[in-house]
Amino acid sequence: MPGERMARETYRIDLHEEDLVIALAGNPNTGKSTVFNALTGLNQHTGNWPGKTVTNAHGKFIHRHLSFILFDLPGTYSLFANSVDEEVARDFICSGKPKVTIVVTDATCLERNLNLVLQVMEITEHVVLCVNLLDEAKRKKIQVDLTALSKILGIPVIGTNARDGFGLEALKDAVYQLATGTLQTKPLRISYGEVVEKCIKLLEPGIQGMINDQINSRWAALRLLDGDRDIGDRQIPDTIAAVDQLLLKAHLDQDTLRDHIVTCIVNQAEEIAQKVLSCKKQNYNVMDRRIDSVLTSKVWGIPVMIALLGLVFWITIKGANYPSQALATGLFWLEEKLTQLFMFAGWPDWLHGVLVLGMYRTLAWVISVMLPPMAIFFPLFTLLEDLGYLPRIAFNLDNFFKKACAHGKQALTMCMGFGCNAAGVISCRIIDSPRERLIAIITNNFVPCNGRFPTLIALTTIFIAGGMGGTGQSLVASLIILATIVLGVVITLTVSRILSKTVLQGIPSSFSLELPPYRKPQIGRIIVRSLYDRTLFVLARAIIVAAPAGMITWAFANIYVGNLSVLQHGANLLDPFAHLLGLDGFILMAFILGLPANEIVLPILIMSYMSAGQMIELDSLQALRNLFVANGWTWLTAVCTMLFCLNHYPCGTTLLTIKKETQSTKWTLITFAVTTAVGIILCFVVAQSARLLGLV
Amino acid sequence: MGRMIPLHRLSPGTCAKVRQLTAKGNTRRRMLDLGLICGTRVEALQKSPSGDPVAYEIRGAVIALRSEEASQILVEVL
Repeated sequence: MPGERMARETYRIDLHEEDLVIALAGNPNTGKSTVFNALTGLNQHTGNWPGKTVTNAHGKFIHRHLSFILFDLPGTYSLFANSVDEEVARDFICSGKPKVTIVVTDATCLERNLNLVLQVMEITEHVVLCVNLLDEAKRKKIQVDLTALSKILGIPVIGTNARDGFGLEALKDAVYQLATGTLQTKPLRISYGEVVEKCIKLLEPGIQGMINDQINSRWAALRLLDGDRDIGDRQIPDTIAAVDQLLLKAHLDQDTLRDHIVTCIVNQAEEIAQKVLSCKKQNYNVMDRRIDSVLTSKVWGIPVMIALLGLVFWITIKGANYPSQALATGLFWLEEKLTQLFMFAGWPDWLHGVLVLGMYRTLAWVISVMLPPMAIFFPLFTLLEDLGYLPRIAFNLDNFFKKACAHGKQALTMCMGFGCNAAGVISCRIIDSPRERLIAIITNNFVPCNGRFPTLIALTTIFIAGGMGGTGQSLVASLIILATIVLGVVITLTVSRILSKTVLQGIPSSFSLELPPYRKPQIGRIIVRSLYDRTLFVLARAIIVAAPAGMITWAFANIYVGNLSVLQHGANLLDPFAHLLGLDGFILMAFILGLPANEIVLPILIMSYMSAGQMIELDSLQALRNLFVANGWTWLTAVCTMLFCLNHYPCGTTLLTIKKETQSTKWTLITFAVTTAVGIILCFVVAQSARLLGLV
Repeated sequence: MGRMIPLHRLSPGTCAKVRQLTAKGNTRRRMLDLGLICGTRVEALQKSPSGDPVAYEIRGAVIALRSEEASQILVEVL
């Protein structure tokens, strides 16, 4: 069966004989991901960032003893293949032949959503319409007559509230009935007017021969009319000539024909919407408009945005302080016990070194420094995402991106980079123009990901704001982090502009951005999702990388060549260059060893310092500060380390992702070079200026 | 017949009806996908902090368009 074959080939998954392929389509912002999650639960697989529809996720659910594999298609407005996402969605429904296609729509914006529904119904008869977000509609006093809608469309229509599970059983029932053939659909056919219908009639027989009933011939005829004439020209030249004659007589050229087809669909959607929608409250969006008039206003838009971001950092830093200390205390107490165990058992020193001082200590640092800020930052950030604030950020910042000759959606991919740069790079798929997409990919690394946040927060807290106590400290720390982010955005814009004036010349492509309604966030789900999908995911990855890195670093620090350890030799070698950048050899070494994951840079650095010199008890942030100061750190070292942390080559995972997304080693290397060059130049300028001015 | 202007000149708070798309190719296609066809009612809602892009209500959805795109949509002020 083609659906299964395509699933196997495209997604490289194992399908059992009895698995039934189901496609999940829908406009962006309709809660499609929520429906997907609600149907499949934790039984799902994604190629990348979990919980976001940036790539095709698939998951399994069992209903009435049948096993269904649900494919989450990219969110699209149409299937006319204007973008990669639309192409993927169209190809899956069209050639993948899923048993059933579910189209998720937003009840509060049904008319626009029907456009896609009608297009899907052109391709396949096996469609279930899921009208989601009924609670939002109710709140806005919008009523959808689902029975009438089902009658008009000729397909099952199920109202749902995926967030609390309402309607999902009925949805599964409908899918089951369609898949088993116990329910037949009579999908509404859109009439495209006399001329076009005549053309379709002419084309269909020839097309049926060409495609062997692999795809719906009416739909194929429409697509042929709409542009892809090449195939027809070769295979059925006579029919095409006749069709062209007809069109010429009706004064329908390529552009007007296209307009005509789309207009028919849009008018149909409008007509249906008028029949099934009733809105008791005029101006149901008045609340959203009021919020927007503050959050995106000339005066308040940008200050509120910066303040919100600052608040997030303040809560993170303030809140992470105590648990970080507690975790450190607990974990280092355990280290002592482990050491005692090793001594008691009489195991060799090197084993204790590798396992306890190398691996365990690095892990302890990664966990105590990273876990608390992540566990606070991610839920907060997910909250902003859930509220619908991220598109407003893109709206506020768009003009800056336009001036940088970049795509407006780059603001969104930049925001995704806060979570993880690899995810940010993948999310650049939403940008269609290859030129602007490359710019977004290359510059994504200029916003710090969660692997670098803890380093920035730790350095700010213990070093720059270290002198102050209490509230003042976390306030200053958050302001510094905020300034770092703003700097990252400024660098993103500057580098984007430089790229678009040099290697990636061109003018900005067309741009439209949807500002979805604000939604009531699901606090419980946010916490679960951000802790499970993001925090634990990122922590697990950090731990997997940190454990061997800790062992290797300990080994490097304790294997001696001559008088010095391998690590010391390396650091000495790097030191002169590092000094120019306001760093030292060990810091640069830690960044190099930290290539696999940014999370481990700080732990490696701490271990390098500790093994190279005095052994101190590292049980508090104050002790860490003392360690750094003892190794010659000044405020300039901290600033330069933070700058280099913000601007250096992407981590290994991100580099591999860039390679995969651009299909090009050249652009991967260019990203590596551009990001690192920016870091080197910035650090050099700052360090040299500070020294020249006698500030240190 | 009301006044015909390009959409980006429509001041926030006012409504208009789409009369003509002058965009070509892919841009035109995207506009059509958003439901911007002849006769579609559009309301300018809110300018972004720098004045461009502007958010419009189009068929129940709020869509932000840059002035480059909006200028290729001719509307009749209502």
